[in-house]
Amino acid sequence: MSADAARRFGRNRLALLGLALVAGLVLVAAAAPLLAPQDPVKQSLFEKRARPDAKHLLGADEFGRDILSRVIYGTRVALLVGTLAAAIAVVAGGALGCVAGFAGGWLDATIMRGIEILLAFPYLLLAIAIVSALGPGVVNTTIAVGVWGTPTVARMVRASVLALKETEYVRAARALGAGGPALVLRHILPNVLPTLCVYATLFMANAVLVEAALSFLGLGVQPPTPSWGLMVSTGRDVLLVAPHVATMPGLAIVVSVLGFNLLGDGLRDALDPRLRGA
Amino acid sequence: MAGSLTFALRRLLLAVPVLLGVVFIVMLTLELVPGDAVAMMLGEHATKAAVDRLREHLGLDKPLLVRYAQYVGQLARGDLGRSIIQNRPVVDELADTWPATLELTVAALLIAALVGVPAGVVSAVRPNSSFDALARLGSLFGLSMPVFWTGLVLIVLFSLWLPWLPVGGRGSLAHLVLPAVALALPSIAMLARLTRSSVLEVLHEDYVRTARAKGLQELAVVVKHGLRNALLPIVTLVGIQAGQLMGGAVLTETVFAWPGLGRLMVKAIFARDYVLLQGAVLVFALAFVLVNLLVDLSYGLLDPRISRQG
Repeated sequence: MSADAARRFGRNRLALLGLALVAGLVLVAAAAPLLAPQDPVKQSLFEKRARPDAKHLLGADEFGRDILSRVIYGTRVALLVGTLAAAIAVVAGGALGCVAGFAGGWLDATIMRGIEILLAFPYLLLAIAIVSALGPGVVNTTIAVGVWGTPTVARMVRASVLALKETEYVRAARALGAGGPALVLRHILPNVLPTLCVYATLFMANAVLVEAALSFLGLGVQPPTPSWGLMVSTGRDVLLVAPHVATMPGLAIVVSVLGFNLLGDGLRDALDPRLRGA
Repeated sequence: MAGSLTFALRRLLLAVPVLLGVVFIVMLTLELVPGDAVAMMLGEHATKAAVDRLREHLGLDKPLLVRYAQYVGQLARGDLGRSIIQNRPVVDELADTWPATLELTVAALLIAALVGVPAGVVSAVRPNSSFDALARLGSLFGLSMPVFWTGLVLIVLFSLWLPWLPVGGRGSLAHLVLPAVALALPSIAMLARLTRSSVLEVLHEDYVRTARAKGLQELAVVVKHGLRNALLPIVTLVGIQAGQLMGGAVLTETVFAWPGLGRLMVKAIFARDYVLLQGAVLVFALAFVLVNLLVDLSYGLLDPRISRQG
């Protein structure tokens, strides 16, 4: 990030809040064993559905497990799935977009038709279709969320590559004899990177939401792994007698999605002031 | 009008290969299911002969491409096969459930447009006012709350603490309120944000200053010159939101026991009823393609400069 962009970022209070929230999440995930007041999988029938009190700050769930400890450990699952899924989407989508935009012709046409088909699945449905085929679990959920994000990245990168291909410095590099891969890696990719970073951050927000949604439906992360979406889903069965079991873990989702959204918006405004508020 | 009719027909024809691709992708992913799906359907105590018989009955002994060709052939005759669990034509199961999903998504889209667009306009007209600050903060939260969680929170608030509305099910208008509001919240937020930024941009244009200079009333300036010219990106977003709403419907229908396509789809997944799943995904994709076609058609109405030679 240039000094100019860093200064713009530093002046944006919401962006700094986003950065603080995301840094906090990473810290909580890293230090989960130190921060969690209790064992996240320890059951206690006497404390079943305990209301929030001094012993259980956020209460206890159906099996008497401490919700706060489970929320803290759930940060690991959310960040792990989100980060790896973002990596899949950025690498796969970036590669497809670069190839399509740079090669043109039938290769471009074929890739773009494929992308169009994937984009015809409304929102969550592609991830649901993939995970229902692969089966549940952390790894498969990550793959599903990553593949779900791939077509959007590919389309965005392709558009940037097409625009950059015609710029003077790329033409100059080409005239000096730079070939395809070198041209893409040395001259085009570095200029797409800022956009990709912004996208990856905003994608993290979506990845956390989609992971939570899949786990809520019972298709994603499986018990007893503490996933926020799964915790909301378990709490749903006792919603009318113990509403805190379902609602408390949801707050963690809201806070982390908010953090990534604020950070992504802030980065976008800092890197490209023309897009401010768009 | 003849021009837009040809345009619509051409776009509709272009949607056919996309939908065939959707069917192919769904069949391909199901092909990748690790383990023997048919054996899992029958449970662990089934004999090999029984598994083979069911596989043959379902046509799963044939290669993927043969099955795909057969399915497309059936599709052309309006036949989506029979659901495995209920042994009913999939078309009937879909016909039973799609009106509920349509009702829910249309209600949510209406709420989103009726709340989101005016909120965005007011924010743009009074930027940095306390309303604007509140609306922007609300939008940030609206975008960050998962719909299934908002649904549960709404149930706690308006069914449990204030016993005003039913917990779930479909029937009266009262049943529709909570699921539609839960589903609409992220879309309200998106629409309010985009409307704010596009109206804000338009209000700086010369023709808006001219309209004001002519002595036009502020309301007329904002609506006729501001909103009218900012509508194009807003309508595009409404189209995208329709897709979001359909995906979100899967979640809200589960939360509120709403008897729609989304819940049917989740049931089909758990029952490993791939025929039903294929049909449900196809209907969702078809609806999404149609909404986007409508959005494209509306461009010509909103901005006569846009030609329909696309």
